[in-house]
Amino acid sequence: MSTTAAETGPTGRQLPDRLKSPLQRFLGSWELLLLVVAAGVFVLNSFASPYFLDPWNLSDATFNFTEKAMIAFAMALLIISGEIDLSVASIIALTSTAMGFAVQLGADTPMLILVGLGVGLACGAFNGLLVTGFGLPSIVVTIGTMSLFRGISYIVLGDKAYTGYPSDFAFFGQGYVWWVISFEFVLFAFLALLFAVILHQTNFGRAVYVIGNNPVGALFSGIRVARVKFALFLLTGLMSGVAAICLTSRLGATRPSIAFGWELEVVTMVVLGGVSILGGSGSIPGVVIAAFVMGMVTFGFGLLNVPGIVMSIFIGLLLIGVIALPRIVRQVLAKRKV
Amino acid sequence: MIPSALKSREAILAGAILVLVAAIASRFPAFVAPGNLANVFNDTAPLIILALGQMVVILTRCIDLSVAANLALTGMVVAMLNTLMPGLPVPVILAVAISLGALMGLVNGLLVWRLDIPPIVVTLGTMTIYRGIIFVISGGEWINAHEMSDAFKAFPREVALGLPVLSWIAVLVVLGFVVLIGRTPLGRAFFAVGGNPHAAVYTGINVGQTQCAAYVISGALAGLTGYLWVARYAVAYVDIAGGFELEVVAACVIGGISIAGGIGSVAGALLGALFLGIVKNALPVINISPFWQLAISGSAIIIAVAFNATSSRAKGRVILKKAEHAT
Repeated sequence: MSTTAAETGPTGRQLPDRLKSPLQRFLGSWELLLLVVAAGVFVLNSFASPYFLDPWNLSDATFNFTEKAMIAFAMALLIISGEIDLSVASIIALTSTAMGFAVQLGADTPMLILVGLGVGLACGAFNGLLVTGFGLPSIVVTIGTMSLFRGISYIVLGDKAYTGYPSDFAFFGQGYVWWVISFEFVLFAFLALLFAVILHQTNFGRAVYVIGNNPVGALFSGIRVARVKFALFLLTGLMSGVAAICLTSRLGATRPSIAFGWELEVVTMVVLGGVSILGGSGSIPGVVIAAFVMGMVTFGFGLLNVPGIVMSIFIGLLLIGVIALPRIVRQVLAKRKV
Repeated sequence: MIPSALKSREAILAGAILVLVAAIASRFPAFVAPGNLANVFNDTAPLIILALGQMVVILTRCIDLSVAANLALTGMVVAMLNTLMPGLPVPVILAVAISLGALMGLVNGLLVWRLDIPPIVVTLGTMTIYRGIIFVISGGEWINAHEMSDAFKAFPREVALGLPVLSWIAVLVVLGFVVLIGRTPLGRAFFAVGGNPHAAVYTGINVGQTQCAAYVISGALAGLTGYLWVARYAVAYVDIAGGFELEVVAACVIGGISIAGGIGSVAGALLGALFLGIVKNALPVINISPFWQLAISGSAIIIAVAFNATSSRAKGRVILKKAEHAT
C-alpha cells in the first residue's frame, strides 16, 4: 500500500532546477506508452487478419468500446477524486428496464431518452447522496447499489425481456452519421472532448484533482468537496444513462443481465488509461487511448476467432502488466544505483 | 445498564437474524425445523468459509475480488484431475485444491506486497485471468456428474454426527479463525496493519508480508471451497460461482467488517454470511420469486454500512459533548 512512499521520507524528494519541457514530459508520459501499445496492437492486428483494415470492420470495432468509454470518462473523474462507482453496469440494466417499461406504456423516442437520462441521473443521485450525505465509503455503497439496481431489473423482468422499441429509436445504437462513422462514435468523440475540457480546462476539473490529492486541504481551500463529489456521481449516473440508451438501441431488447460485468471493464479502461486508482492523477486522453487499445484487442482477437473469455485473460494481463512493468523497472534501477 | 456485549454490532446483527427467522417461522413453521436449519447452514457453508478468508484480507485494508474465480479454477482443476485419475484419494485432492488456491492467493499477495499495486486493481485483473484460464484448460467443456468418481462426489455430502462433512468443514474453519484471530501474532498483525499501517511498521510488523499472508489464507480457503463446491453440485464449468465474490464481500460488510480495515470479527463475518444464507433459503419458502434476492442483499449491504457508519459517528459526538461540558 502507500506506506513505502512515506518511509522514504522527505530526503527522497528533490526539486529540479527547472521544469521539464512539454516535449520531455510527453516523452516520459503514460499516454505515449499507451499510444505505442495501441499502435503495436493495430499493426499486429492488420498483419494477423486481412479483414482488419476494412473500413466497415473497423467501424464495427468501435462499438466494442464506445459505450463503455462514455462511462469511463465520468468514472475517470470520479476515480481521480478518490471515489469509485461499481454500480454503473447495474444502472444500465435499471435504465434499460425503465425504458422498456416506458415502451410498454406507449412512450415515443424523445420520451424514452428522457426516461433513460432521468433514471441514470436518479441512480447517480442515490449513490451520491449515500456517499456524500451519509459519509459512507463509495466502494461499499456502490457494491450495494450494484446488487440493488440490477436486483430491481430482475424483479421487474424476471426471465422475460422487453422488446418492441420504436424503429426511430434504433438510430442511437445502429445509425450512421456519415459513411462508416456511426452516431455512437461521434457521440464518443464529442464526449471525449467535453470531458477533456471539463477535467483539464475548468475550475471544476482542478477541484477534482485537488480533492483526490488532499480532500481535507481541498475543504480548507474553499472547495465544496461534498458538492463536487455529488456532482461527479450525478455525472457518472448520467453517462451510464447515455450508455444505456445507446446499448438498448443497439441490441433492441432489454434483459436484466444486460451489460453484466461492464463495471470491471470500465474500471480496467480507466486504470489502463493511467488514472491512479488511489486518486489524484490521470487524464482523459489516456482513457481515450486505453479505450482504443481495449477495443482493438477485443476486435482483433474476435477476427482470429479467439473466444471472448480468452480475450479477458489478455485484458487482465494488460491491466496488471502495464501497472507492474514501470514499477519493476523502477525497482531494478533503484537497486542498480545502490 | 446494558452490558456492552449486547450493544455490539454482532449482537444487533444476531438479533436481526433471530427476528427474521422468527418472522418466517410464524408463517412457515417448517422453516425452523432442525433438519431444515441444518440444510440452510450447509447451503451457506461455502459463503461462511470464503467470508472468513475475505475478512482477513479486508482487515489489512485490501480486498480480494478473485475468490470466486479462484474457486472455479481450482474446482475445474480437481475435477479434471479426478477424471484423469479416478483412483486419487480425497485427501490428496483436498491437498491439491488447498495448495493451488493458496498459490493463486500468493500471486495476488506478491503483486500487492512486492510491486505495491493497489489491491483492487490486482484482484480485478487476476479475477479475469483465473476465469479465463478455466476456459483455456477445459476448452469450455463441462465436466458432469458421470465423469467424476463416486468417492470424489460423496465426500462433502457424507453425514457425520448429524451434519454433512461440508458443514463440519465450515465449523472447523470458524474455530480455526477464532484461534487465528484471537490467539496468534498473525491475527494481531492483521488488525495492526489495517488499523494503522505506519504504527504497524514501527512495531516491527512487515505490512506487505502480512497482507500477502492474508491473501494466501483467502486463496487457500477459496481453493478448498472450489473442491467442495464442484463435488457437492457434481458439475464443473467456466461460470460456476460467477459473481460470488460480491456476495462474499457483502457478507463481510453486513457483518460489520470495515472496508477501511482494522475493524471486524469472526462472529461478524459468520453472522453476515448466515444472514445472506437465510434470506436466500427463505425466499422460496415464503413464496417470493428468487429474482428478489439480488435487490434484498443489495439493500442489506447499504443498510448495514449506513448503520455501521452512524453508530461509529454517534460515539464521536458523545466525546465532543463531554469536551464541551468540561470547558
